[in-house]
Amino acid sequence: MGLTNQSTGAGVLESELKIERISPNDKVIALAGNPNVGKSTVFNSLTGLNQHTGNWPGKTVTNAQGSYIHKDRNFILVDIPGTYSLMANSVEEEVARDFVCFGNPDATIIVTDATCLERNLNLVLQTLEITKNLIVCVNLLDEAKRKKIHINLKELSNRLGVPVVGTNARSSKGLKELMDAVYDITSNKIQINPMRFNYDDLIEEAIKIVEPNLVKILTEVHRNTLLNEASIDLFSKNVIIDTQRIRWISLKLIDGDKTLLKAMEKYLGFDLMENQNLLIYIENARRFLSKNGVDHDQLRDRIVSCIVKLAEEISRDTVTFHNEKYNSMDRKIDSVLTSKIFGIPIMIGLLGVIFWLTITGANYPSEIIATLLFGIERHLTDFFIWAETPQWVCDLLVMGIYRTLVWVVSVMLPPMAIFFPLFTFLEDLGYLPRVAFNLDSFFKRACAHGKQALTMCMGFGCNAAGIVGCRIIDSPRERLIAIITNNFVPCNGRFPTLIAIITIFFAGMVPGTLKSIVSTLALLIVIILGVVMTFLISNILSKTILKGLPSSFTLELPPYRKPQIGRIIIRSIFDRTLFVLGRAIAVAAPAGLIIWIMANVHVGALSLLDHCAVFLQPFAHLAGLDGYILMAFILSFPANEIVIPIIIMSYMATGNILELDSLNELRDLLLSHGWTWLTAVCVMLFSLMHFPCGTTCWTIKKETQSLKWTIISFLIPTITGIVICFITASVVRLLGLV
Amino acid sequence: MEIIIPLNNLPLGKKAKVCELKSSGIMRRRMLDLGLILDTEVEALQKSPSGDPTAYNIRGAVIALRSEEAGNILVRAN
Repeated sequence: MGLTNQSTGAGVLESELKIERISPNDKVIALAGNPNVGKSTVFNSLTGLNQHTGNWPGKTVTNAQGSYIHKDRNFILVDIPGTYSLMANSVEEEVARDFVCFGNPDATIIVTDATCLERNLNLVLQTLEITKNLIVCVNLLDEAKRKKIHINLKELSNRLGVPVVGTNARSSKGLKELMDAVYDITSNKIQINPMRFNYDDLIEEAIKIVEPNLVKILTEVHRNTLLNEASIDLFSKNVIIDTQRIRWISLKLIDGDKTLLKAMEKYLGFDLMENQNLLIYIENARRFLSKNGVDHDQLRDRIVSCIVKLAEEISRDTVTFHNEKYNSMDRKIDSVLTSKIFGIPIMIGLLGVIFWLTITGANYPSEIIATLLFGIERHLTDFFIWAETPQWVCDLLVMGIYRTLVWVVSVMLPPMAIFFPLFTFLEDLGYLPRVAFNLDSFFKRACAHGKQALTMCMGFGCNAAGIVGCRIIDSPRERLIAIITNNFVPCNGRFPTLIAIITIFFAGMVPGTLKSIVSTLALLIVIILGVVMTFLISNILSKTILKGLPSSFTLELPPYRKPQIGRIIIRSIFDRTLFVLGRAIAVAAPAGLIIWIMANVHVGALSLLDHCAVFLQPFAHLAGLDGYILMAFILSFPANEIVIPIIIMSYMATGNILELDSLNELRDLLLSHGWTWLTAVCVMLFSLMHFPCGTTCWTIKKETQSLKWTIISFLIPTITGIVICFITASVVRLLGLV
Repeated sequence: MEIIIPLNNLPLGKKAKVCELKSSGIMRRRMLDLGLILDTEVEALQKSPSGDPTAYNIRGAVIALRSEEAGNILVRAN
C-alpha cells in the first residue's frame, strides 16, 4: 500500500536522485541490503523520516534520502532499492549498483537479516568488490534470538575485514553503535582491511589479461579526454582507478555486462567500447576461457558459485543454529494461510473483516465530525455577516468551499483512520506476499506477473503509489499490464463513495444489526469484481496489444513478523491518514470553488453545470447514470474523493451542499432526483472502472515515459466502465426490474 | 537409490540437491542469485491453493517458483 508523502503523490513524482551536500563536510551514506531485511526501518530510525516500511520484498522502489547528525557531522543517508545481488539483473539492481559504484558515497551500509545471513552475505561480498568503505549491519537480532540463531559478529567482522554492527532497528537497539561505526569509517578513524577473494584459476587468468590494460586505458582517458564534472570528481577521488574496482570492472567486461558499459558511459561520459585495444584484450580473455571450456553461461555460473560458496563458508563459521527447526511455526501458519481449501477463503475473509470494522467503526466518528464542522459553519457565516462581506463572497466561501471540505473530511477521515492501520497490520505481519502466492495462478493464466498482486495491494491505498510500485516487475510487458489495470483496484479516494452509496441504498433495506454485514458483503463484491476485471483485462491485453508469454519470476515469502502495533497506529494516523486527507483537502477546496461557480453562474434559465449535465444526459442515461453524475466524475478528475460532494451540490437548486446531517437526508435527496438502485449500482461500477485521477495519470506518464500508454491507461478503464454500466443498465431495464 | 528429477516433481516435504540448471540468460542468473548452484539443497515446502507455484526452502529463504521455472532445475533426490 505504501501510503506516505513518499508515495502518495508528492513523493512519487520526484524520483530522480540528486544528492546535495549542504556543507562540504557532509557525508553521503548509501543504505543497501536485500529486500525485506528492515532497511527502511533502519532508515527511518536514523533519519526520523517516515519512509513506509512493510514486510514484503521490494518496498523501496526509488532512492529515498534523509539525513541525521551524529557528533559534529551531518550524514545524508540514501536508501537504495533492496536487491539480492549487484549483477544488474533488474532495474533495481542496476540502480543499486550504479549508486554504490558511481554515486560515490563516502560509505555504504549493508543491512542484513540475522535470520538469513548466508543469503545476505552474497550481496555483502559483491559490494566488497566495488567499495571498501563498507559497514555491515546485522539487523533483526531479536528475531534471530527468538529462533535461537546465534551470530558471532566479531568473527564475521574479522572475516570480512569491515565493521559489523548488530542491530534491532525496530527497538532502536544498536543504532548508536552503527552511527559510531559510520562516523569512524568516514573520518578514517579506523583502519579497515576489507577481505579480498579470488575466483578460480581460469577466471583469475582471464582477469589478468584485461586488468593491466584497463588501468592504462582509463589513465589515458583521464589525461586526454574532456571529462564532465562528475567524472572528474570520481577520478580525482580514485574511485575509478582503484585496484579492486578495476579488477571487478575487468571481470564484468569479460562477462559482457552491457548495463555496466551503459552506466559508465552515462556517469563518466565516455564509451569504453570505442577503444579498439580494449576490445581486443577482452576478446583474448574470452577466447582463453572458451579454449578451456568455459562459455558465457558457465563463466557466470563460476563467478556466482565462487561467491555463494564463500558466503556459505563464512556463514558456517559465524552462524550457529541452536534449533534446526527454527522456521517450523512459519511453515505451520503458511500451511493454513495458503492451503488449498482455506487459502483463498481466508484471504477474502480477512478483507471482509477489515471492511466490516471500517464500515461499522466509521459511522459514529463521521457523524460527530460532521456535527462539529457544520457547527463551526454557523460561526463562519456570523463572522462574514459581522465583517460585512458581500453575500456572494460569503456564499462562495461557506457554501462552496467550506461545505465541500466538511464533506470530504467527515466522510473520508474515519474510514481511512480505521482502514489504514488494519491493512498496515496485515502488511507488517508479512501477509501480502502470501496474497501474491495465492493469486499467482490467476495472473499466470492472464499471462501477467505474479507480483502484480502486490502492486494491486498498493493501489488500495493510492493508485499513483501502486503505479510506482509496478517497478518491482521487471518485464516491461507485464509491468505495463500492471500499470494499465491498477485502476481497477479502488483507492482510498473511492472507498468513501462506495461505502456511502452502499450504506444508503443497500444496507438501508435490512434491519439494524445486519446492516453492516450487508454493507461489507456489498463492498467485498465490488472489490472482487475489480480483481476479476483486472484478470480479465490483463488477459485481453496479453492476447492483443501486449502480446506475450508470462516471464519468469521468483517470489520470496518472508518470515512472519510480529507487527509493531504502536508504530502502526502512530504512522497510520499521523503520516498516512493526515497526509492523504491534506491532499484531498488541497484538491477539494479549489474544486468546491469551481463547482460553486458553475452551479451559480446562469446562462439563460440554467446554470453552467445544468448546461453541461443536459448535454451529457442522453449518453449518461444509457450507462444507467444521469448527466450530473457523469459531470461529477469528470469534475473530480483531480481527486476521486469529491464525486459525491459534487453530485450533492449539483442536485441542490441553490447550488451548494446541504447540511446533510444524516445519510437519510442524502438518500431522500438522491431519490428525489430519480435515483434507483440501478443508478446506485451503476455509480459504484463507474466509480470502480473509470479514468485514473490526475495524479495517477501524471505518474503513469512519468513511469512509462510514453503519452501513448498514458492515454491507453486512461481509456481502457473508462471504456470498460462505460460498457459494463451500459450492459447492466440495458439488461435491468429490458427485464423491467426498475 | 538416487534419481534425477525436475524440481517441480519433488514431493512436498522432501529435500534434494541441485544437479543442473537448464535455463539460460536472465532466468539462469536469477536462479544463481538465489544461491541455486550445484549441490545446493532445496526442500519443497508448500503449494499455492491452485497447485502452482510452489514454495521452496533455498538456503534458509522461502522462495516461490512457478512450475515452468522449477521444471528447469534438475535435482538429485533419494
